[in-house]
Amino acid sequence: MKIHLTSVFVDDQAKALRFYTEVLGFVKKYDVPLGETDRWLTVVSPEEPGGTELLLEPAGHPAVKPYRDALAADGIPLAQFAVTDVRAEYERLSGLGVRFTQEPLEMGPVTTAVFDDTCGNLIQIATQPQ
Amino acid sequence: MADDLFKALADPTRRTILDELTEQSGQTLFEICSRLSMKHRLGISRQAVSQHLAVLEAAGLVETRREGRCKFHDLNTAPLRQITERWPAPDPSGPEESPS
Repeated sequence: MKIHLTSVFVDDQAKALRFYTEVLGFVKKYDVPLGETDRWLTVVSPEEPGGTELLLEPAGHPAVKPYRDALAADGIPLAQFAVTDVRAEYERLSGLGVRFTQEPLEMGPVTTAVFDDTCGNLIQIATQPQ
Repeated sequence: MADDLFKALADPTRRTILDELTEQSGQTLFEICSRLSMKHRLGISRQAVSQHLAVLEAAGLVETRREGRCKFHDLNTAPLRQITERWPAPDPSGPEESPS
């Protein structure tokens, strides 16, 4: 068994696609219309085009808002992406106007930071322990 | 007021939270929990951390603010002045007498 897809709920799929590609640097993999407005929309890392896909899933279900509001209030991220240098990525994304709720924090072998994806989620970036 | 302050300071976990907020003020609950578990190896639940923060907030040592959808915790050391006002600390400039 493999983990080939995971998802985050997004307020607006078009806006999310822009953020996840133009700001974060992922590339679109699938974009298939579903129903009237929703799309099956996934992105992957350019470093791993055949790797795990991230589904940018419409946040229309009524359970999504209270779930995300409660987690955001406490600063809890809903997804984590691996980067080679958290501080460099923090500088790059801050320069693009991304708002961080946690600045780079070194904790032993792990460094993490948390930012707002502007689509309703907090995302953690982390260096993997070598 | 003083009782709340002394009670807040009496617990080692709460003192560690104050240490971490001294290093970086303006933390989410998630960051405080991360620091306690990863830096200090404290096996403590999010609910317990929340309760510690409530005690610190009652003592005025921690203040919270909302920014966007997140809640941040800031350090406020002003209440600690009550301690040195009640039991004055020695003059930090040392034993030298100031000319009178």
